[in-house]
Amino acid sequence: MAATGVVAEPKTKYDRQLRIWGDQGQAALEKASICLLNCGPTGTEALKNLVLGGIGSVTVVDGSKVEASDLGNNFLLDEGCLGQPRAKSICSFLQELNDAVKAKFVEEFPAHLIDTNPSFFSQFTVVIATQLPESSLLKLDDICRKADIVLVAARSYGLTGLVRVSVKEHCVIESKPDHFLDDLRLHNPWTELKQFAKSIDINDKDPVVHKHTPYIVILDLIRAHMLNVDEENYKEAVDSSYKVSVTPGISNEIRQIIDDDSAEVNSSSSDFWILVAALKEFIAKEGNGELPLEGTIPDMTSLTEYYVSLQKIYQAKAEFDCLALEHHVKEILKRIGRDPDSISTTYIKTFCKNSRKLRLCRYRSFEEEFGSPIVSEIQRYFTDEDYSYAMNFYILLRAVDRLAANYSRLPGIFDSEIDEDIPRLKTVAASVLSEMGLNGASLSEDLITEMCRFGAAEIHPVAAFVGGVASQEVIKLVTKQFVPLRGTFIFNGIDLKSQVLVL
Amino acid sequence: MASPDAEQPAPTEPARWRDLDMLLSHPGNLVEASFDPSPGLRDLLGSLVEVLVVGAGGLGCELLKDLALSGFKKLHVIDMDTIDVSNLNRQFLFRVQDVGKSKAEVAAKRVMERVNGVNIVPHFCSIEDKEIEFYSQFHIIVLGLDSIEARSYINSVACGFLEYDLNDNPLQETVKPMVDGGTEGFKGHARVIIPGTTPCFECNIWLFPPQVKFPLCTLAETPRTAAHCIEYAHLIKWDEVHPGKLFDADDAEHMQWIYSEALKRAELFGICGVTYSLTQGVVKNIIPAIASTNAIISAACALEAFKLISGCSKSVSNYLTYNGLEGTHIKVTEFIRDKDCLVCGPGTLIELDTSSTLSDFIKMLEEHPTLRMSKASVTHEGNNLYMQSPEVLEQMTRPNLSVPMFELLKEVRYTTVHATGMAENNGKKVSSLRKLRVAFKGIEEASKMDTTLSS
Repeated sequence: MAATGVVAEPKTKYDRQLRIWGDQGQAALEKASICLLNCGPTGTEALKNLVLGGIGSVTVVDGSKVEASDLGNNFLLDEGCLGQPRAKSICSFLQELNDAVKAKFVEEFPAHLIDTNPSFFSQFTVVIATQLPESSLLKLDDICRKADIVLVAARSYGLTGLVRVSVKEHCVIESKPDHFLDDLRLHNPWTELKQFAKSIDINDKDPVVHKHTPYIVILDLIRAHMLNVDEENYKEAVDSSYKVSVTPGISNEIRQIIDDDSAEVNSSSSDFWILVAALKEFIAKEGNGELPLEGTIPDMTSLTEYYVSLQKIYQAKAEFDCLALEHHVKEILKRIGRDPDSISTTYIKTFCKNSRKLRLCRYRSFEEEFGSPIVSEIQRYFTDEDYSYAMNFYILLRAVDRLAANYSRLPGIFDSEIDEDIPRLKTVAASVLSEMGLNGASLSEDLITEMCRFGAAEIHPVAAFVGGVASQEVIKLVTKQFVPLRGTFIFNGIDLKSQVLVL
Repeated sequence: MASPDAEQPAPTEPARWRDLDMLLSHPGNLVEASFDPSPGLRDLLGSLVEVLVVGAGGLGCELLKDLALSGFKKLHVIDMDTIDVSNLNRQFLFRVQDVGKSKAEVAAKRVMERVNGVNIVPHFCSIEDKEIEFYSQFHIIVLGLDSIEARSYINSVACGFLEYDLNDNPLQETVKPMVDGGTEGFKGHARVIIPGTTPCFECNIWLFPPQVKFPLCTLAETPRTAAHCIEYAHLIKWDEVHPGKLFDADDAEHMQWIYSEALKRAELFGICGVTYSLTQGVVKNIIPAIASTNAIISAACALEAFKLISGCSKSVSNYLTYNGLEGTHIKVTEFIRDKDCLVCGPGTLIELDTSSTLSDFIKMLEEHPTLRMSKASVTHEGNNLYMQSPEVLEQMTRPNLSVPMFELLKEVRYTTVHATGMAENNGKKVSSLRKLRVAFKGIEEASKMDTTLSS
C-alpha cells in the first residue's frame, strides 16, 4: 500500500550519502553546475548518478536526434523520444529523477560549440566531456585551463574506456584516508601528558584500576620503566604498539607541499596556500619540527574517567596548536594586504586537524601528455604484465581517432571492412607510437583485432562503469573531499584488470 | 507504423541493438572457445536464458537496467523489502510516490516500461520462502545483496545443484554460475562464482571481516564513546525498561527513546557525540551508500554475466575489489577453491549401514563434527524425505523417519542427498543447505552412480 503524502525530506533522502561527505560536502554539490558534452550512455550514466545525489544544475550539450540505436544502450530514452533532440529527452528524464536539480539542454554538437563559443564553458564548475575525439579534447582542455574550470574526460569504446581528470591544481584538506595512524605523540609527550601518566599509579594494587589503565599511559610508562606485560590492557598496549610507531616529524607528501613555490604567498594566493604558509611557520616555531596535534585518540580499554581525562588532554593541546596556527594565518594575511579575519576559524580548524593528510593534485594538460610523453614510464607499463593491456588500450584509443581522421569513420563500423581495418589500425597505431618516441614497442595483435571488432560500440554495461567512475571523480572534485584520480584510468572489460596510467 | 495485428518486430529492432551486436556478431581472438558469433546470437540469448536478480535495492535496480540492456529478456527479481525515502538517493527506479510499495514489483514494472521486449517477474518475498526447485530454472544468478547470510544461502542453493562424476569432476550441465556484487560507501567488490571451478562464497568466507561487537563490560560499566552509550540503551536499557517488548528499529518512537537514553548516559559519563543520526547508524548498522559505487559494481557484474553466457570475451578471474577513496583503485585476485568445501565440494561423505533409518541419519547430521546441522529437512532428487515444516508436510513425511535410508534412496550404493537446517557459520547458527554423499557399506559397486538407470 503506497504511502500518500510522503515528502522526501532532503535530510532523509540523502541520509546514506550525508554519512560519507557530511552537510558541507552536500552543500558544495548543491552549489555546483555541471556541463555534459554528448549524452550517449556514458555521459547519461555519469549525470544520472550526480542528479540522484542532488547536484545543483546540469546542462546537457548534444546535437544529435534520438535514433533507434540509442534505445538499446540508453535507459533514459524510449520509443517516444525517437526523432527528438537527444539532449532535450535526456534532460526531461533527469528532471524526473530529482526535481531539486536544474536541468537544461543545448542542442548543439560539442565540437562546434568548442570551436565557436569557448566562453560558454566559463559558467560551469565541472565539464564532463564524453566520447570526444582527441582534436576536440585538446581544444576544450585549453579552454578549461584558461578559465580555471575542472575538466573530466570519459570515453567508452567496446570493452575498453577511459577517465581522466584535467585541472591545473586541486588541493584537498579533507582527504579522509581509510587507514591512518593515530597522532599520539608518545615519542614527544608534552608537559600535561607526562603529568597525567605520572599521576596514574601503575603499581596500584586495586585490580579494577590496574585493568583499566589506558594503553597509551602504559606504553609511556613501559618506555620509562620497562614493566612486565601481563594483563588484557597491557596486551592491548603491546598489540597496538604499531599504531604508535609513527615516524616523528613530517611525511614526504606534506614536506613537498610546504616546500612548494606556491607556499611563498602573495595577495593573489588561495586560502589553501596561505594556510600552508602558516603551517610552515608553525612547524618552525611552536611545532618544533612537528605538525599541529590532531587531538583525537582511539578507543581503548580504560576506566571512563581516565579515558575522558586523557581525551581532554589531547583536545587541549590540539586547540592550543590551532590557536598558534591561527595567529600565523592572521599575520600572513596582514602582510599580504588582506583582511586578517577573511579566513574563518572553522576553515583553519579543519585545516589544522587534517594537516597530516593534506593532498595536492596537479595534472599535466592533454597537450603536455601527448606532446611530451614520458617514454621511460610508457615503456615500463608496456613491459609490466599487470599494465600492458591498459597501455595498449591507451595507445589504441588515440589511434582510432587518427584512423577516423583519415577514413572519416572509426574502424570496424562496417562488417565488410573489418578485415582491412585491422592492418590499417596497426599502421596508424605504429605511427602514434613512433611520434611518442617509442619505436621499439609493439602492440598486441589480439588487442588491435579486438579494437576493430568493437566497432566503436558504446555498450551499456561498459558505459555505466565508465560513467560511474567519472561521476565519482566529479563528486570528489566538487566536495573537495577524498582524493581524485591522478592519471588516466583505463577500463579493461576483458578481464576487468583496469589500471591507472600516470603519464 | 505497423498495424497492431502484424506479427513484425518493433520498427526499432534490430537497429536498437547495433552496438551490442558488434560484440556478439564479430569473431575475435580473446573469446571463449564456445563463442559462436552471429547476428542471431542476441535473439538466442534473449529467448533462452533465464536470469535471476537477487535484490532490488541499490545494486538490484542498476543490475536490472544493465542486464535488460545487455540482451537478456527473461528476468526474475526477488526482494522482500518495501521502498523507503532513504533509498531515493540511488535506487533510481523508485519515486517518492512509491514509498511503501514492494521494491521488486516497482523495479520490474519500471524496467519493463522503458525497455521494450524485456519480461521481468517480480517476487515480493524472502529468498528462503522459495522452494529449491524455483532456483533450478535459472541459467545464471546475479546477486545484489547486503548481508553475508543471504549470500551464503543463495550460494548453498546454487552449489546444491552441482554434481560430480566418479572422478570428482563437476558435471557441466549441473553448474549454476553466480555473479556477486557488494558495496559500501566508496568501496565494493564483484566476483564470478562457477561452482566446482572457482571458489564459492563459502570457500572464501574468511574474506569478510567480523562485525564490530562491543564487549558487554564496556557497555555496562566503562563506556568511552558515543556508540557505547547508544548500544547500552539499545541492548541493555531497553529490555530493563520494556521487558518482553520487542525493539523495532523502524519505529521512530523506539528510536527516539534509544536516542534520549543514550544522551542521558553520555552526559553522565562526560562523553560527547551522541546525535540522532549516529543513533540510527549504530542501531540499524547503516551502511553509507551512493549511486556511483553501486553503478560501477553492478555494471561489472552485468558485464560478467553477459560475457559468461555469450562467450564473447573472457571472464574476470575471479574476484574484483574496487576502492574509490583515493583515485580509482581496482584489483583482481584469483582465489582458489577449497577442495574440502562443505558447500561446493562433492559433498560430505556419510557412510551408512543398510539398516540405518532416516531418523538415525538426521541424528548423525547433528552429531557430525563438521556439519553440526540441527533440525534437518532431507530431500533426495527433488523428493521430500522428511520436512521439519510446515506442519502439513511434517505429518506427511513423518512415517519416513523409521524407514531404512537404503530403501528411501532406491537401493543404490552411492547417491547425493540434500539437507537444510540450522548449521554453524562464522560463529552463528544460520539456515543452510548442505550436500551429502551417502555411501552404503557392504554393497557391490554399481556400474553407474545415482539412479540414472531406474532400479
